[in-house]
Amino acid sequence: MSERCDKGDPMKYVIQIVGVGGQGVLLASMVLGNAAMAEGHNVAMSEVHGMAQRGGSVLSTLRIGDNVISPLASDGEADMILGFEPAETCRNITLGNKSTMIIMNLDPIYPSTVTAGSSEYPGTDEMISSIKKVTKNIMTIEATSLAETAGKAVAANAVMIGAAAAVKGFPLPKDAVRGSLLNLVPEKFRELNAKAFDLGYDEMRK
Amino acid sequence: MSANDKKKELLLGNDAITRGIIEAGVGFASTYPGTPSSEIGNNLEKIAEKNGMFFEFSSNEKIAMESASAAAMSGVRSFVFMKHVGMNVAADPMLTLAYGGVRGGMVILTADDPSAHSSQNEQDNRIYAKLALLPMLEPSTPAEAKEMVKESYDISEELTLPVLFRTTTRVNHARGIVEEGDVKDVPKKSHFTRDIKRFVNIPANARTNRIRLLELNKKAAELSEASRFNFTEGKGSTGVITSGVSYTYVKEWMKNVSILKLGFTNPLPEKKIAEFMKDKEKIIVVEELEPFLEDQVLRIAKQSNLSVKIHGKRTDDLPMAFEYSPGVISALRHLADVADDNVPLARPDIALPPRPPTLCAGCPHRGIFHAVRKAVGRKEVIYSSDIGCYSLGAQPPFMMADMILCMGGGIGAAGGFSEATDQKVIAFSGDSTFFHSGITPLVSALFNGHKFTAIILDNRTTAMTGHQPHPGTGREFGGRRTEEIKIEDVVRGIGVKFVETVDPYDVKATIDVMTRAIEYDGLSVVIVKRACPLELKRKKILEPRVCEVDQDLCVKCSTCILSIACPALMKKDGIVSIDKEQCMGCMMCGRVCPKDAIKVIP
Ligand code: SF4
Ligand code: SF4
Repeated sequence: MSERCDKGDPMKYVIQIVGVGGQGVLLASMVLGNAAMAEGHNVAMSEVHGMAQRGGSVLSTLRIGDNVISPLASDGEADMILGFEPAETCRNITLGNKSTMIIMNLDPIYPSTVTAGSSEYPGTDEMISSIKKVTKNIMTIEATSLAETAGKAVAANAVMIGAAAAVKGFPLPKDAVRGSLLNLVPEKFRELNAKAFDLGYDEMRK
Repeated sequence: MSANDKKKELLLGNDAITRGIIEAGVGFASTYPGTPSSEIGNNLEKIAEKNGMFFEFSSNEKIAMESASAAAMSGVRSFVFMKHVGMNVAADPMLTLAYGGVRGGMVILTADDPSAHSSQNEQDNRIYAKLALLPMLEPSTPAEAKEMVKESYDISEELTLPVLFRTTTRVNHARGIVEEGDVKDVPKKSHFTRDIKRFVNIPANARTNRIRLLELNKKAAELSEASRFNFTEGKGSTGVITSGVSYTYVKEWMKNVSILKLGFTNPLPEKKIAEFMKDKEKIIVVEELEPFLEDQVLRIAKQSNLSVKIHGKRTDDLPMAFEYSPGVISALRHLADVADDNVPLARPDIALPPRPPTLCAGCPHRGIFHAVRKAVGRKEVIYSSDIGCYSLGAQPPFMMADMILCMGGGIGAAGGFSEATDQKVIAFSGDSTFFHSGITPLVSALFNGHKFTAIILDNRTTAMTGHQPHPGTGREFGGRRTEEIKIEDVVRGIGVKFVETVDPYDVKATIDVMTRAIEYDGLSVVIVKRACPLELKRKKILEPRVCEVDQDLCVKCSTCILSIACPALMKKDGIVSIDKEQCMGCMMCGRVCPKDAIKVIP
């Protein structure tokens, strides 16, 4: 057990990453989890594997802190919601509370119910304003477009990770997160991911 | 414990378990893939050989259990793992294996799935430990899982009994920091020494072995009393008895309580439990699914003349159904101090489209479902389906599952439907499912003269659980290369007269074959053969191809979307288009388009 010296309240930071199967949600949670471990924190996470990965909604919970052991978070416990997809972000807002920072990627992935025409996908402005009615702590980003600037749309998750690292109060240093990302991606995609990470980081710091 | 140079890693529960069996020196492992246990097999496929372990994907869980039993009877440490429902298949050998027991340590992992995230039910396999009279351990976290799996081998060898190792999704798919340990050097091969009394359970020996098993359970109870995995922590007049992942919720969210955390859960440490309850004002038992601990705690309290009030499922303080979460603990506020919750944000006032899991773009199942729908027309049909990606065919627009029970159940039940009704019956089975338990029902159907159509969806992999090989694909591992077993040969070999193989990407041909198969007066089998594009992508042998809609030709009839329902097809503002990121270029949509408006991009 890694006991840390007692300085008042134990440190704890909870991140909920939401998105769609195949978007790299799992990789993002690994990147942040590894960075947290390298920084000497305890980490407890839970992931969605199996059937939901076939284009369904996915959620990764990442709990960092001195005393964390539970892989699941309590209702509203999230300090940050990292929304890889706008409709999924709206769907999962209740994971956060009034101080939760929400980062929402604005590039949608249409569910099969929408492409088949049996349901409607809401407009971007409509989604943003519906969230703004319940919290003011939302930052939006066009992660997929930024990733395309960096070289490839698949690096959208690196953009999101960079954006997360830029948030005020985020407990992990930028370099630790960036290093952890570059450590996990294959050699030949390192440059792309580094670029995408920086674009995400800079976008949030604008 | 102080070894600071030990490598620490952030491991998935299943990775920690894999690491545990490597450190325990396991020489033989077997499985049939099933979520939430599958990643263990995917790990072993890569690392078994270099750790001197033989690892097999058995055709089903029963065979996995039997082969691992044989290894352990021979003195080699063995490991068999499966999802909870797999244990139903493996229960037959397991219950008698307990009688003669093992020589080398043997651990049987059951990965339960409370809330049925990826399963057809949420059965609680702890009850198997009672039924089989086997010692059982239940970890709460990935780190504990690794430690426990290692110690399970010592327990197994001390008792000469296999140990049941029960995990749940939130342990298998949790991630936590795990420290690497030393690898135990135990022989990976042994010599089987005959012991007829123990291993040949004819009635006379079975009776002796039954007594042996009961005696060993007394010894197991002593081990449980002394086990470091059954411990108390915290202080308070309210006592909480808990096991598995529920312990992590109790530990983080309940305040001022005394906790008895149980890891060795069969047999229970009865003395420890009675001792724990003695000075408490009330007891709360927190466990997922069945009141497995609770009912025994009630009995132990009664036998120990303790009148302490015991709260749990029997008092309706806790739910029986679905997995627990910190929220479930918060609902115990009337009984104990619970950490303050955050107030969750209100749900945004916006209608969101549902996002159910769906068959992938380019999935060959889309082709066969469309073809069946065309071939069936207005006939009344019962779709007797099975377990796999194709279970997703139950959703619109295909709606092609009227019943799903279990692996192989589609073909098995089809015989019953065909005799009990006058409806036409179509059974679905996957390729891996066919080898798991689809062959025997086909034999039975032929033998009993049933008339129905069985469709075997041969996508060349065990797709749903993460693309494991199966007998129909052959296997390459540890310097061996086994040949694929052809489904068509098997079906013909059984004696089925109507057997046809067709490529579902060729939509017209598939409709034609299906029409004849349905009309056939007898047992007809159609093998639909086309590799899962995800598998090809994974193996890096997918030829990248993308299709597009020629807007000059398209008449916006939506036939492609309605027939194939591929997620890469989109209709927005009246324009039908294809998402290049998702499209696999299978051309199924193109083949149903009445205007030939869809083309492969050159
Ligand atoms: S079937 Fe052909 S014509 Fe009809 S909407 Fe699709 S692409 Fe257009
Ligand atoms: S060719 Fe048509 S059916 Fe096939 S993946 Fe592309 S859009 Fe989907």
